[in-house]
Amino acid sequence: MLSHVIEELPQLLVNGLVAGTILALPAIGFTAIYAVLRFPNFSIASHATMGAYAGYVANVWFGLPVIPSLLLAFIIPALSGVACDEVVMKPLRRTGPLTAAIAAVALTIALENVIRFFFGNDLRGYDLPVWRDWRIDLGFAFLRVGPQQVENAAISIAVMAAVFLFLAFTRTGKMMRAVADNPMLAGIKGINADTVARLGSFMGMGLVGVGGMLLGLDTSIDPLTGFRAVLSVFAAAVVGGLGSIPGAVVGAAVVGVGEELSILILDASYRTAVGFIAILVVLIFRPRGILGERAY
Amino acid sequence: MENYLVAMAVFAGLYGLMALGLNVIWGMAGMINLGLVGFMAVGAYTSALLTVRHATWPMPLGILAAVIVTATAGALVARLTAKMKGDYLAIVTLGFSEVVRIIASNEIRFTNGTDGISAIPGPWRGQVAPATFNLIFLGITALAVLVVYLICQRIRHSPYGRVLRAIRDDDQVTAVAGKPVLRFKTEAFAVGAAITGFAGALYGHYNAYIAPEGFVPLITIYIVLALTAGGTGTNAGAVIGAALVVAFMEGTRFVVAEIPGLAAVQVAAVREFLIATLLIVLLRFRPQGLFPERHIRHRLPGAS
Repeated sequence: MLSHVIEELPQLLVNGLVAGTILALPAIGFTAIYAVLRFPNFSIASHATMGAYAGYVANVWFGLPVIPSLLLAFIIPALSGVACDEVVMKPLRRTGPLTAAIAAVALTIALENVIRFFFGNDLRGYDLPVWRDWRIDLGFAFLRVGPQQVENAAISIAVMAAVFLFLAFTRTGKMMRAVADNPMLAGIKGINADTVARLGSFMGMGLVGVGGMLLGLDTSIDPLTGFRAVLSVFAAAVVGGLGSIPGAVVGAAVVGVGEELSILILDASYRTAVGFIAILVVLIFRPRGILGERAY
Repeated sequence: MENYLVAMAVFAGLYGLMALGLNVIWGMAGMINLGLVGFMAVGAYTSALLTVRHATWPMPLGILAAVIVTATAGALVARLTAKMKGDYLAIVTLGFSEVVRIIASNEIRFTNGTDGISAIPGPWRGQVAPATFNLIFLGITALAVLVVYLICQRIRHSPYGRVLRAIRDDDQVTAVAGKPVLRFKTEAFAVGAAITGFAGALYGHYNAYIAPEGFVPLITIYIVLALTAGGTGTNAGAVIGAALVVAFMEGTRFVVAEIPGLAAVQVAAVREFLIATLLIVLLRFRPQGLFPERHIRHRLPGAS
């Protein structure tokens, strides 16, 4: 039993870390929107799906390679995020964050069905070059790593680095952090909350879209691609502390590795339930998350 | 056609029950529950598993067990998040309904997985003609709605309900006034969850078949829509709203089918889109519903 675990462990850890890096993008998107707009925007589910389909159109219909396709997977959900926030969410946020949360669930179902209307329920896949997995001999175990996995993780890390640089060093990034930290003080300092809200939605939903396409690259695309990942995304955000961007990264790694390691003791189909268990454990023992509810 | 109308009336009653349950949680106590369909599923599965798959309990006992199990689940969920902002309850309830679906789909030995549970007994099913069974069940549903409605009215007009409304409007003030807010919140959520589970159990016994794919988030939207359309906070509104939602859902079935050149999946997509959009439009333009809750509101000095 133990030798079996030791043999499996490196593979599961690698898979978990890759899954965690991919998960980090939508988790950052969700948590960033929460930090700026103060409500859980559940429409990340359909925006992730939208990203996956935008990338699909670019990749399969127009024959673009993965990287330019990812650009479209960012732009389309980002624009939709801003539009939906202007038209649907903004008026409702005034009624209360919970009303906005309810409307976001309705919105995600509406958008998901727009996608279903045009693309149907069929499973789709990207047009990818076929690569053979690399096999690495660790002495006590073999490690199988897919080049696509590595590319996805690398893309994800690059995007995260860009987000952190943007938030740390640009004027707009600082503005967003200020609003997340203390909206009233930011207002007094003359920061326009509306602009920051739009930026938050743009960046947040864009990241969610890129995450959605990476998820699609990892598995397959259908109108529920985003929805299936949503529990893990919530878990990553809550585990790291709702509203904290570094927290979302840490949370995503914890949830990603946790989901993979769960295979040792649970059936593989319970992977997504692990995220829920993680939420419960964190709420019981450390309600503000690992890094606490502080944006950046 | 008659059978169809009776079946729709039964469904309107079941949605009415769940809207009443949501009204206790959201309308009275101001707590969010985005996992209503999860509680409905827990109720349906509890009663079905105890009356057909793992035991042959009589139906009333199965339904009672469903009520107890969902109440406990509701109390746990509420208790866990009661000290946090409502956002956490939103996330946990939404997650709860997904986990219920995952467990129902994967615990194959326990729940028969995605194949679902069939041959769930119904009152006098098989002994009477199907049309008569439909009518009997309509009677049972109507009675259930009436009883739950009266209970909810009792809660609403009692001092207990007043405390719940106070918590909804400002839980800090209520706590300062010496009310055990945590306990009230937990109890209200448990009562609402129990009513939803009760409706779920009835649904199983009426439909004779339940499966995980029947418990999708769209059903939560139906229930929220029913309560919002009727008037959040009012029990009569919840019941009337449910009837309107079922009428609207069925209406779209006929209208959308008239659009030429749509595939079946597109028809389904248009209907779901319309229902979700209707909820958003209602929340935006008529959040008080058709039958607004009546109470005196004082303007806060200095508030614009």
